[in-house]
Amino acid sequence: MEQTFGEFLVSNLTEFWHFTGFYNATFPHFVMLAVGLFFIWLAIKKNFEPMLLVPIGFGILIGNIPFNTEAGLEIGIYEQGSVLNILYNGVSAGWYPPLIFLGIGAMTDFSALIANPKLMLIGAAAQFGIFGAYMVALAIGFAPDQAGAIAIIGGADGPTAIFLSSKLAPNLMGAIAVSAYSYMALVPVIQPPIMRLFTTKNERLIKMKPARAVSQNEKIIFPIVGLLLTCFVVPTGLPLLGMLFFGNLLRECGVTTRLAKTASNALTDIVTILLGMTVGASTQATTFLTKDTIFIFFLGFMAFIIASASGVLFVKFFNLFLRKDQKINPLIGNAGVSAVPMSARISNNLGLEYDPSNYLLMHAMGPNVAGVIGSAVAAGVLLGFLA
Amino acid sequence: MKKNLLILFIALLGFSTAAFAQSRNGLKINEVMVSNETNAIDEFGERVAWIELFNSTHAPLEISSVYITNDKNNPTKYPVPLFDVNTKIPKRQHVIFWADGKPSRGTFHLNFTLKAGEENWIGVYDADGKTLIDEVTIPANLGIDESYARSEDGKGEWEIRNDVGEKYITPSSNNVIRDINDKIEMFKTKDSHGFAMTLMAMGVVFSALIVLCLCFLLISKIGSAVARRNKRESIGNGVEIPGALADSGEEIAAIVMALHEHLDTHDKESMVLTINKVRRSYSPWSSKIYGLRRMPK
Repeated sequence: MEQTFGEFLVSNLTEFWHFTGFYNATFPHFVMLAVGLFFIWLAIKKNFEPMLLVPIGFGILIGNIPFNTEAGLEIGIYEQGSVLNILYNGVSAGWYPPLIFLGIGAMTDFSALIANPKLMLIGAAAQFGIFGAYMVALAIGFAPDQAGAIAIIGGADGPTAIFLSSKLAPNLMGAIAVSAYSYMALVPVIQPPIMRLFTTKNERLIKMKPARAVSQNEKIIFPIVGLLLTCFVVPTGLPLLGMLFFGNLLRECGVTTRLAKTASNALTDIVTILLGMTVGASTQATTFLTKDTIFIFFLGFMAFIIASASGVLFVKFFNLFLRKDQKINPLIGNAGVSAVPMSARISNNLGLEYDPSNYLLMHAMGPNVAGVIGSAVAAGVLLGFLA
Repeated sequence: MKKNLLILFIALLGFSTAAFAQSRNGLKINEVMVSNETNAIDEFGERVAWIELFNSTHAPLEISSVYITNDKNNPTKYPVPLFDVNTKIPKRQHVIFWADGKPSRGTFHLNFTLKAGEENWIGVYDADGKTLIDEVTIPANLGIDESYARSEDGKGEWEIRNDVGEKYITPSSNNVIRDINDKIEMFKTKDSHGFAMTLMAMGVVFSALIVLCLCFLLISKIGSAVARRNKRESIGNGVEIPGALADSGEEIAAIVMALHEHLDTHDKESMVLTINKVRRSYSPWSSKIYGLRRMPK
């Protein structure tokens, strides 16, 4: 029987209704939309890592617009061939993180570390956060490869966390990435109480000697030697460490200023936008709101606490072996996590709180950038053992 | 002239590196069946002897123009044809060549056959027809529907397989069928608490950074020594070091006072000028300009 014009209109409008977000929405979608809005609020109103949380928050909104997944519209981030899926390839195939590392290398001044190389050990000590979380993740019941991917959150390094989880546990990557970036944004909230807890007032007042000036030659040698040494030990860290040191050489060699500028500005900004947005969009309610995600957030929080505490405690331990005039202020221990430069700023601000003339920023930048190297090495080790 | 030589050297170096990178050493003979009565069937529905090649690298490998032969005196017996998209073997994948002596049937049909009950030597040569990539001698005692295969893909000892027990015959498939990741299983059973991982991984992280640290301590020592030597040489040459003189606060204050007296064009006004010496070793390390960005509220 032939459809009347009215029936034709109604059937098409009904079909259209089935395509709308209102029809396909479920409670988890609204939960995730609320999470996205919360991230955007944190970024704009509280100024928590806005460069990351705005793209991630908005990405969560994009990824959680309900639609008919069975219609084959090629719009979802997990639907092959969709625009979002193409952009997401940088995350799933793991090539955004090395590009971010190129930018980090091009904007990082390693002088503090070169002037006082022993600060590198603080960056190594803070990686205990990763392996502490690894042990707890195993105890909770995660498989070793999943535990490794989750634990890397403790390195406080978003790109590294994404890179490693894309290799070891792609199904958990969304939760791991959001967790890593959330805690990086919350560094100013998480770290100060731990730093106060593990230090005495006298220790907080330690004034460190101004570091020596570093020559141009040393700055040029650093990325070359750094690459060769670290990657000979951990070749699996090559994508991250290679790009990090390459970016730094562009910055320091003095003859590639344009390239360094592009890597540290335009390129990093572009990749950050794409990375943040696609990571956010990957947190679709159906895959994100699970028991594992809650565990991942818990483990990430714990990893951050262990990492910060182990950095501070390591400095206290290290001070036992140093001359009085060479003592290190334990307030820079927290900077061993690689949340650059936020954790170094926390050290500085806390130092100024107890002594307004005690500027710790550049001292803290040493362990901070060592933390970047350390977490990339740790990621390489986990990849080598578990991939 | 020197510059041209340098460019030539760099070009040669780049060329040789590229040539090395393109070598096909990763191509392996992986499994061979000589008498095929009930095993794999080719696209013409026939059961013939087959040779499985394996790309043991983690990158696609183009095998067109390599040579497959069963005659040591004729290394270029069967050239794998050019311009067939199927000759690009994906990473860690296999390809089957049918030894039926009928090359007209397609790229993967060889122009020779294998002889049952005899030793069969098989070699794969690179495009130059001289460089032997891989070879194997199939024993004469290989039975009907038995294959001669590596114990693992691309490596391991050669063994006779007859589909009994775990000795699967696996044309165009992995010689070892894995359904679990051995590494993960090992960590699950041997290191269920993660202590060993923590010890090993932290050991590696510390080692890497300690080596880097020692290296830079050494470099800074060398740098300081060089700087001291340069300074000595500069002084020896009578070169004045800027800033070496007039760096005391008193001298600067005296100069400023003198200039003030000399250039003073202000109205007369009562004033007390106090000069206090303040020892504050300025350092760029403690400068406020290095504040990186605002703290969150």
